[in-house]
Amino acid sequence: MNEMAPPKTERAAALKGLGTSRKRVEDARFTQGKGNYVDDIKMAGMLFGDFVRSPYAHARVKSIDTEKALAVPGVHAILTAADLEPLGLHWMPTLAGDKQMVLADGKVLFQGQEVAFVVADDRYAAADAVELVVVDYEELPVVVDPFKAQEEDAPVLREDIADQKEGAHGPRRHHNHIFTWEQGDKDATEAVISEADVVAEEMVYYHRTHPCPLETCGCVASMDKVNGKLTVWGTFQAPHAVRTVASLISGIAEHNIRIVSPDIGGGFGNKVGVYPGYICSIVASIVTGVPVKWVEDRMENLMATAFARDYWMKGRISATKDGRITGLWAHVTADHGAFDACADPTKFPAGFFNICTGSYDIPTAYLSVDGVYTNKAPGGVAYRCSFRVTEAAYLIERMIEILAIELDMDAAELRAKNFIKKEQFPYQSALGWEYDSGDYHTAWDKALKAVDYPGLRKQQAERLEAFKRGETRKLMGIGLTHFTEIVGAGPVKNCDILGLGMFDSCEIRIHPTGSAIARLGTISQGQGHATTFAQILATEIGIPADDITLEEGDTDTAPYGLGTYGSRSTPVAGAATAMAGRKIRAKAQMIAAYLLEVHDDDVEWDVDRFAVKGAPERFKTMKDIAFASYNQAIPGIEPGLEAVSYYDPPNMTYPFGAYICVLDIDVDSGEVDIRSFYALDDCGTRINPMIIEGQVHGGLTEALAIAMAQEITYDDLGNMKNATLMDFYLPTSWETPHYTTDHTETPSPHHPIGAKGVGESPNVGGVPCFSNAVHDAFKSFGLKQSHMPHDHWRIWKIAHDLGLHG
Amino acid sequence: MGKMHVKLTVNGKQVETLAEPRELLIHVLRENLNITGPHIGCETSHCGACTVDMGGKSVKSCTVFAAQANGADITTIEGLGTPDGLHVLQEMFKEHHGLQCGFCTPGMITRAYRLLQENPDPTEEEVRFGMAGNLCRCTGYQNIVKAIMAAAAEMNAVKEAAQ
Repeated sequence: MNEMAPPKTERAAALKGLGTSRKRVEDARFTQGKGNYVDDIKMAGMLFGDFVRSPYAHARVKSIDTEKALAVPGVHAILTAADLEPLGLHWMPTLAGDKQMVLADGKVLFQGQEVAFVVADDRYAAADAVELVVVDYEELPVVVDPFKAQEEDAPVLREDIADQKEGAHGPRRHHNHIFTWEQGDKDATEAVISEADVVAEEMVYYHRTHPCPLETCGCVASMDKVNGKLTVWGTFQAPHAVRTVASLISGIAEHNIRIVSPDIGGGFGNKVGVYPGYICSIVASIVTGVPVKWVEDRMENLMATAFARDYWMKGRISATKDGRITGLWAHVTADHGAFDACADPTKFPAGFFNICTGSYDIPTAYLSVDGVYTNKAPGGVAYRCSFRVTEAAYLIERMIEILAIELDMDAAELRAKNFIKKEQFPYQSALGWEYDSGDYHTAWDKALKAVDYPGLRKQQAERLEAFKRGETRKLMGIGLTHFTEIVGAGPVKNCDILGLGMFDSCEIRIHPTGSAIARLGTISQGQGHATTFAQILATEIGIPADDITLEEGDTDTAPYGLGTYGSRSTPVAGAATAMAGRKIRAKAQMIAAYLLEVHDDDVEWDVDRFAVKGAPERFKTMKDIAFASYNQAIPGIEPGLEAVSYYDPPNMTYPFGAYICVLDIDVDSGEVDIRSFYALDDCGTRINPMIIEGQVHGGLTEALAIAMAQEITYDDLGNMKNATLMDFYLPTSWETPHYTTDHTETPSPHHPIGAKGVGESPNVGGVPCFSNAVHDAFKSFGLKQSHMPHDHWRIWKIAHDLGLHG
Repeated sequence: MGKMHVKLTVNGKQVETLAEPRELLIHVLRENLNITGPHIGCETSHCGACTVDMGGKSVKSCTVFAAQANGADITTIEGLGTPDGLHVLQEMFKEHHGLQCGFCTPGMITRAYRLLQENPDPTEEEVRFGMAGNLCRCTGYQNIVKAIMAAAAEMNAVKEAAQ
């Protein structure tokens, strides 16, 4: 007989489980300068690698002379494509089914492309040698415009596949064409639109940008020739996938490769792909017999690794006179740069862009996407977004605003009129998705009420009158957005990357004294997994989160998983964690029943223990059970208390949100003052509200950057114009507004704990919200569409073109 | 290239090292002295991840040659607190979720430390302006500002109690 247990609520609070704003366990090391990022790794005899990169966007490489560079003291080796070719490593497969040069093989296709890899004692010697490598280039005509790239006489960029009529995603119809991807019913959609009362049509460009985490990409490769084992520490968002890819392309058996992601200084999609620096470091370590470190600098990061977006989206949306949407048609020209290195699930060459019907019940829709090669860096990664969802959300949220203008209807009312209704979930969209759950009207009403939407519109009208009377030079804009995300890729039946199913995993070991370690196939880059996944487990297995160690990122110890990107950690690995926890609990129940000398069915779970039904004073805590599992011979039950779960999600999850931004624009300077930003997010069950809020603040700030000034641009010769943080905009604390966060909670019906993921929602919803606010300020002067980013000059230009400068 | 003899006081300890005249302070701290708290996020003095306190000023150590720092008194994140006695800024960054990936954090806290020396009772606007040389990609600054304001309040309360 036990003492009476403390009350349930007290015991539950002690667990710091689901719903608790638990302080982060990661912070002790980060606040004391004791993080362990890749550039912090030092090994005996370690060398440093650095790239010779192409100054040209398109040129033939006639010769490479390394003689002078090799004479620099401290230089050990210089690799070129000729050195990699015998190993079959001068090209590598991309995640999108294309291939990419590791080092320039006869020609270069974008500025900043990797041409040679210098290996030296330190970064200074390596940089000296890079300067002395003489490359003889013959310039070729450059194409940076994806429309010109498709003209009949456009230069042939990819000579290696010029004659291939079939690509990884179907037929190619031009030498610079990669794929065409179609979804929905073309004929029906065109018929609906041609017969509609009202049609809005616009070209909406979502410009090229870059995830630009504060830590750039890098690795340390170490080939241990004695044991035949290759270890690579690196900035990998998907360590297991990197191991498999490394094995497949190098021929080193997978068990002899260990990939470790140490602390990662932000990823945002930048660290999903495999880059030439990783391959060259591995080869260099094999060649030199010592560890080799490669860490790119910021300019290399912005020029060569993983751009995002660059979608030219033509949209047509139709409605009845009273504002009922009848159809959506979209065509995208997708600029993929020189190699198709997009990080999308294999069957989705344009990612989940077919979520572009958004939050609306649109009965008929059609979408086609053409991928095109240009002389720009490869990439096309999901920059804080689930595979092109932010592009999709931007298109539909702009089209709704433009349609509202055509209908002369309030855009908030138009949205409410067309939202998918609560009772329609699970909802089958015209472009193929089954939305799991949602309650859009409740969220929308809450948001409009919170900001006093009618009051804001009244203020805006008054401001407009004052502007017209010449009393002010500032216009007020109200940005509205209701977005639907699609995250948690994904079900193995339709989601894989390079043939690897996109499940994820969790393995738990309970120690004899009742604490635990859990290992996952994901890897945190700031999301706080060690804090939040322990909370999921605490609630599932009744062991305090503080007593659970979380470990990720080492392929020798973690179970196989597809990593962290596309807001998939909580929907997939979070589910695996809960399911593994339930396996632990199921075994614990049998052990408890044995110890309490009752039948398994006669005990019930009670926060942190099993108690005899109807006799709560007879119980065994998880601590008791853990110890018993190691020291008692229980008939029919194996010793120990461990479990593993590989979770294949039955569906994606569909987080959503309602955002409202209010800003003031000085029409003479183009300056913008963001007065307020209200963000309501519904990410299903909330694991740690503090962390959710932090994710929302961060994602909104990245959205602010993208919408207002951040871009990657090229001149006609293919020179990249934004290669430093002077020219590539990252907002400071000074420009960043204060955000108000709010939430509703609509759990996912298929996720074990109902959680949907939140990290990317604020970027997906934030970009259209800021952009809509800018457009809204000028709406009454006839502005329908102006391309992002809305920097001061472009805003000034809008005002100028609308005749507002007199 | 010939090396120079550089003497520094780092986190209260006198250290000597050899560095080429062109070597940046951040590289000497990280590579020669194994002080890896300050990070490298750019090479153009924009991001502030390499911020250290040098001679009573916030300095981006990617913009200073080690030779220029000869004789200087330098404090890095490692010198602000100890595991048993965290600086109040370190505590408040944790308390108010002022960090996510942690890469900017050492520079951010080191800069905030100097900001609060310069202005012990800042307004939110002054904090936002005073921290604008340090970039963060994760937090959107809201909780960083909150943490610094909370640290200022705490430090002032302690000071008041002592008086």
